[in-house]
Amino acid sequence: MRMSRTSPTRRAVGAAASAVLALGLIAACASERDSGEDLNETQPFIFGSPGDPSSMDPVFASDGETFRVTRQVFDTLLDHDGTEIVPGLAESYEQNPEGTEWTFNLREGVTFHDGTELDGAAVCANFDRWYNFTGGYQSPNYTYYYSSFFGGFAENDPDMGIEAESIYAGCEADGLTATISLTEYTANFPGAFTMATTAIVSPASLEQITDDEVVTAEDPLPEYTQTAGVLAGTGPYELTEWDHGEQAITLERYDDYWGEPAKVKTLIFRTISDETARRQALEAGDIHGYDLVAPADVQPLIDAGFQVPIRDVFNVLYMTYQQQTAPLDNHDVRVALSHAIDRQRIVDSVLPPGGEVATQFIPPTIEGWSEDVTTYEYDPQLAMDMLAAAGQEDMTVEFCYPTDVTRPYMPAPKDIFDIIAADLEAVGVTVEATPITWVDYIPATRSGECGLYLLGWTGDFTDAFNFLGTWFSSETTEWGFNEPEIFDGLAAAAAEPDPEVRAEMWAELNVTIMDQLPGLPISSSPPSIAFAPNVEPMEVSPLTQEDFSDLSFAAE
Amino acid sequence: MLRYTIKRLLQLAVALLGLSLLLFAWFKALPGGPENRMLPDNATDQQREALRQALGLDEPIWTQYGEFLSRIVRLDFGSSLSSGRPIGTELAERLPATIELSMWAIVIAVGVGIPLGYLAARKRGSWLDFTAVSGSLVGICIPVFFLAAMLKVVFAQELAWLPTAFRLSPGLAYTEITGLRVLDGILTGEFDVAWDAAQHLVLPAVALASIPLAVIVRITRASVLEVVGEDYVRTADAKGLKPATIRGRHVMKNAMLPVVTVIGLLLGSLFAGAVLTESVFAFGGIGSFIYQATTERDYPALMGFILVIAVSYVVLNLIVDLSYGFLDPRVRVRS
Repeated sequence: MRMSRTSPTRRAVGAAASAVLALGLIAACASERDSGEDLNETQPFIFGSPGDPSSMDPVFASDGETFRVTRQVFDTLLDHDGTEIVPGLAESYEQNPEGTEWTFNLREGVTFHDGTELDGAAVCANFDRWYNFTGGYQSPNYTYYYSSFFGGFAENDPDMGIEAESIYAGCEADGLTATISLTEYTANFPGAFTMATTAIVSPASLEQITDDEVVTAEDPLPEYTQTAGVLAGTGPYELTEWDHGEQAITLERYDDYWGEPAKVKTLIFRTISDETARRQALEAGDIHGYDLVAPADVQPLIDAGFQVPIRDVFNVLYMTYQQQTAPLDNHDVRVALSHAIDRQRIVDSVLPPGGEVATQFIPPTIEGWSEDVTTYEYDPQLAMDMLAAAGQEDMTVEFCYPTDVTRPYMPAPKDIFDIIAADLEAVGVTVEATPITWVDYIPATRSGECGLYLLGWTGDFTDAFNFLGTWFSSETTEWGFNEPEIFDGLAAAAAEPDPEVRAEMWAELNVTIMDQLPGLPISSSPPSIAFAPNVEPMEVSPLTQEDFSDLSFAAE
Repeated sequence: MLRYTIKRLLQLAVALLGLSLLLFAWFKALPGGPENRMLPDNATDQQREALRQALGLDEPIWTQYGEFLSRIVRLDFGSSLSSGRPIGTELAERLPATIELSMWAIVIAVGVGIPLGYLAARKRGSWLDFTAVSGSLVGICIPVFFLAAMLKVVFAQELAWLPTAFRLSPGLAYTEITGLRVLDGILTGEFDVAWDAAQHLVLPAVALASIPLAVIVRITRASVLEVVGEDYVRTADAKGLKPATIRGRHVMKNAMLPVVTVIGLLLGSLFAGAVLTESVFAFGGIGSFIYQATTERDYPALMGFILVIAVSYVVLNLIVDLSYGFLDPRVRVRS
C-alpha cells in the first residue's frame, strides 16, 4: 500500500529526469489499495530485517536475525516475559537442589507443524541429537551456543578446537515429562532453555535429515537448513518459503498452534541492510516495521506519525581500564577518570529514548543488580584534584574505539568516544585516539593493546552470569587485573543452583567489582524498533525476542 | 581470429592465477580474522581460537593457498563463512540481480547516450549541445551513491511512484528461468512479475547509468565531430550520397569505435557502482554481498566473487575487442 503525496520537491525535479518521470507516471497507475476486508487475513505484514538469517535450524546459529525468524516457528522449553523466565513448551519445571537435574512438565496437546505430538521423547531426541554432533557441526561457527552451554560433545573432534568436556549427562522421557541431567551446574541454566538455539524440532522431521554431511567447518550447512518444509516446529507460524534471491522469508499462521493463534496470517521478513534504506522503505509504505532504528531517526519518525515503542534496556556499554597500562593500575586514577566523564550527556545526546546511565556491569532488570554500588558521579573538579594527588595531572592514555560497526549497546561508537575523550581532555588527560576496524578491534582489545576501550554486551537470557561470567572469571589481558576476590566470588555464584541465593551473591559481587573498578559502565541503551501508523505492535521485548504472532494491522 | 581468441583465453588463465595469488596475499595481510565477526561479542578467546582451528586459519599460509587453489581447480569455491552456504549457490542467486541491473543501466546509457551525443555533435553550439555537455559533466561529478539516494527521496518517497527497495514486491509469486526478473516474467507470461520487476529496476538502473551515460555522451559527441571533419565524409557528400547513408555508413560506424572501447571499460565501473546502488535500494545482488563479505572478512566468499567478476570483466572486454573486427575491417585484416 503506497501513499500518494505531493510536495514542493516536485518543482525541484529537473528536466534531465523526464524520462524517469514518464516511467514513474505509468507506475503510479498500477498502485493498488486494499480496503474493506480484514487486512490481517489479506495483507502480508512485511518486516525489514537488518540482515539475512543464517539457518532455519536454530541450533546452528548465533545471530539475532536468525533467531528473530526461528522464534516464530520453533518454541523453547522456557520463555521470557520481559526479563522474567516463564513457561514455554514446558508448563512448569523443577530442578534438584544441586541444579544437575531439570525436569520439564510439557503442555498437553501441543502438535508440531507436521502433525507429530510433542512429548518428552521429542524433547530428548533434540538434546541427544545436539550432544552427538560430529565433525564440522562442532565448530563454533555452527554450534557456538550449544558448546557454550554444554561444554563439549559426546566425542569432541580434535580438529574443531573444542576441548572442554560435555556436562550433558542424558535425557529421560516419561510421557509428557523430560528430565535433562548435567554433570555439574552452571548459571547458564535455566537461561539456556530459553535460548532460540535450544528450541524443540519435530522428531519426525529430524528423522528425515542426516547430520553426517558436514565434515569440516568449511563445509556448507546441509540444504535443509536453507529451505522451508523440512524442519517442523510448534510455533504460531510455519515457515513456507525462504527466497534467497529476494532475501525474503515467508511465514504462514499455523492453525493448530497451542497458544493464541497469530493475528496476521502472512508474515514476511525482508532484508534491508542499510538503516537509512529501512527507514525510507517504512516511510514509503513498502514495509510495515523494522528493527535497529538509528537513534537520530527515532524522533523524526515519531513526529511523522510512526510508532517507536521503547524496549526496556538489556545491555551494558562499558569503558575498560586496562590495568597493565600505567597509570590505570592506580585505583585513584581509575576513580578520578570515572568522575571526569559525564555519562548522562552521552545518554541524552547519543542514545535513543529509554537509554540510561549504567551504574554496574549488568542492567537493572536482572536479579542481582545492586543499589549499593559506588556510583562515581560526574565531578570534573574532584577528578582533577584526584589526578593531581596521584601525580598524574599530565597523564596520556591510548583510547580505542571501533569504526565500522554499531551495536545495540553502542549505537554510535565515534560519538560516544568523542564525548568521553572531550571530558577526559577537560581534566587534563591527553587522549590518543585509536580507531580500529571491528575485525581487528576484538583481538586488539583482548590482547591488552588499548588502555581505554569501549565494549559491551546484550544479554542472551536473564542471569547476571551471562554478563559477568565472560568478563570476570579469571585474569585476562583484556582487563589486566588479578583480583582473586572477584574471580572466586564469580565462580561461587556461577555454581550456585539456588536462584535466590545466586542473586544475592551477584549483588555482593557487583559491589566488589564497582569498588575495584576494572572499567566504567557507561550506559544501557534500548535498540529501537519502528512500526507503521496502522499497525498494532506486539509487546516489545528487552531481549529483542518479539512475538510476531501478537501484532496486527489496526482497523481503518 | 581463432588463434587470437585462444591466445587471449590463455592470457586470462595466467592473469587469474596471478590475481588469486595477489588477492590471497592481500586478504591475509589484512588485520583481524573472520572469527571476530562470526561469534558473539563476548565469545571467549578459547572459542575464537577453536574457530580459527576449525577453519584451518592457524595453518601456514602456503598450506591454505594450496588448499584454496586445489578447490578452485575443481570449481569448488567452498562455502561462505557468514552464511554457511556454498559460494556457487550464493553466486547463482545473486549474480543475476547484478547482471540485470547492469544490463538495464547499460541499455539506458547506450540508448540515451549515443543519440544524445550524436545530436549534440550535429547541432553543435545549440542549446541541446550545451545542455548535453554540461549535463554530462554533472552526471560524471555526482557520486552514484548520492544520486541514488536523491532519486529515491524524490520518486519513491515524496512522489511515491516507485518502490524504495527490493527486486520484487513481497508475496509476488514468480517462476525463475534466467534469474533476470523482467525477462523471466515475459518468457513465462507472468507479465505482472515483469511489470513489477521493471518498476523496481527504474531508479537503481538510472542511478547506475548516470556515469556511463555521461561518458558515452561526451565520447560520442567528440568522436562524431572528429569523423564529420574527415575527408571521406566530405568525399561522400561531394559524390552526392544521401545524407542518411553518410550518417549511417560513414559517420556513425567510424565514430562508434572509441565508444565501444569505452563501454567495455565502463563495465568495470558498473560493478563498483552496483555495490553502492544495491545497498541503497536493498537490491540483493553481488554488490551488497561483497560489501558484507569484506567487513566480515569472509575470505572464501570474497575470493569466489572477485574471481568471477574478474573473469566476466576480461571476457566482456574480449568480446568488445572482437567486435572491433565487425566495426573496423582494418582490425580484421591485421589479425
